[in-house]
Amino acid sequence: MTKTFDWIKAHTLGFVAILIFIFLIAPNLVMLAFSFNQPANKYNFVWHKFSLNAWKNPCASADMCTSIKLSVTIAVIAMIVATALGTMVAFAMMRYRFKARTFLNVLLFLPMAAPEVTMGITLMTFFYNTTGSNSLGFWTIIIAHVMFSLSYVVVTVKARLAGMDPTLEKAAADLYATPVQTFRRVTLPLVMPGILAAALLSFALSIDDYIITVLTAGNEVTFPMYVYASFQHSVPAQIDVIGSTMLLITLAGIAFAQVPQIIKTRRA
Amino acid sequence: MTTLTEAPLASEVLGEPKKRRNLLPYILLAPGVLWLVIFFLIPIITAVSASIQTGSLDMGFKVTWNWANYSSTFSTYNTEVVHSLIYSVACTVICLALGYPLAYFIAFRGGKWKNLLMALVIAPAFTSFLIRTIAWETILSDHGTVVRIMTDLKITNLMDHLGLITGNHVLNSPFSVVFGMVYNFLPFTVLPLYTSLEKIDPRLHEAGRDLYCSGYRTWRYVTWPLSLPGVIAGTLLTFIPAVGDYINAYMLGSPNTQVIGQVIENEALRDVFGYPIASAMGVILTFGTLAIVLAYVKKAGSEDLL
Repeated sequence: MTKTFDWIKAHTLGFVAILIFIFLIAPNLVMLAFSFNQPANKYNFVWHKFSLNAWKNPCASADMCTSIKLSVTIAVIAMIVATALGTMVAFAMMRYRFKARTFLNVLLFLPMAAPEVTMGITLMTFFYNTTGSNSLGFWTIIIAHVMFSLSYVVVTVKARLAGMDPTLEKAAADLYATPVQTFRRVTLPLVMPGILAAALLSFALSIDDYIITVLTAGNEVTFPMYVYASFQHSVPAQIDVIGSTMLLITLAGIAFAQVPQIIKTRRA
Repeated sequence: MTTLTEAPLASEVLGEPKKRRNLLPYILLAPGVLWLVIFFLIPIITAVSASIQTGSLDMGFKVTWNWANYSSTFSTYNTEVVHSLIYSVACTVICLALGYPLAYFIAFRGGKWKNLLMALVIAPAFTSFLIRTIAWETILSDHGTVVRIMTDLKITNLMDHLGLITGNHVLNSPFSVVFGMVYNFLPFTVLPLYTSLEKIDPRLHEAGRDLYCSGYRTWRYVTWPLSLPGVIAGTLLTFIPAVGDYINAYMLGSPNTQVIGQVIENEALRDVFGYPIASAMGVILTFGTLAIVLAYVKKAGSEDLL
């Protein structure tokens, strides 16, 4: 009896963890399954019949594919701008002295601490008052996305820089490398994983954003806006196809990054 | 958030002489800082000014110190304000209750699978959260297996009595709204929790056991205090987006579960006359959240986290 009790005690945590994992993964599985559904009505909420229809015609709704193209374009531009600006800020913060450091820390922290909807509404009001309500569109979305990704890029790149051994740069200088050579050959390769992670993060933040985007979009419709609006009239199975594709790409990325590591630890 | 604290500069580590007046850092900082000042800081100031404007399209909007936008926010939308607060606090507490055991499990029992398990926690965040929220609509629908089991076990009865749901319908209730929020924000709680738990030396647990501490006492007096920075960061990262979130209230809720974010979007997009009141609510939400966050951080005694 005590044996059973001990076994339960030892495995409770694992059991709880498994339940939480199921909770986290369930909607993804449902999404994957329902991408193969042929909905009986306009809403792909109830299982009707297996079909490859949605995967064969992902662009059955032309509006949806236009919105995906727009979202990807915005995410790529916002990612490049935010990563470039954020990396520069991170370098300045970690390598140089300058005035008003506290102000900068607060300025970088606030966008992460402000609810999205307030950033959206304040930015929208700002554009209304400066450039007029007709100016809302493609570029205002990009401005907003760079704004809310910037702090995350700075934090990510700074973390990488903080973990770097500063003596390596010193060593390069001792070996008569010019500052530019040191930066290109030593610093940049070492910081690269941080920069890539930051870029990935800002891309993910941008492509999935609804709240700030809807307030700065004017007449443009991004993919999250399309999904949100579709909820009012029809939810086609194609939406699940897009979601599943994003999930599969992410999982492939994880596998790509993890498998060599796991094999290595197993051999060791 | 801890990464925002000052780390020693490389030049300090190496004991180099202090740099002379150098323009380079300012050149590096300028574009990013200007971007945030122009598109984040100034808009907040503009919004404060817009929130006290009255006027029309023809005559233009003027600052008339019209505080009515503020008072009417509270008188007209007090239900929505209260909903936002209750749902986001409930979501934060539940996320901590679920996230802590999960992060603990991954950090101390994950072994070589640690990174993979953490990747699985974060992976869903890379697919559209709107689509995943729609998936809950399927799972929790009245015809679904989940609701049938809950009905058979009389769980729905109990929840109906507690006012969490109405009858046997799990969807379109305060319960489903908070449920969706917990699902959406749990990774935000787990990530900082995991980071701080993972740093704890497992030998401290052994030391606790060697000193005849029970498992609970080891956790209470060793692990918990050491994981506190993660707890604070995790709850903040959950509460802040949760208080402004209205996607879950819209998709999984009903008109009876409206939150302040929904009202702001409706007012802002309704027509051009709605935006002063939307600004007023935005300002209230920003400074309200900031006040709650600062009070919480002060209470938790870790201002250095910021």
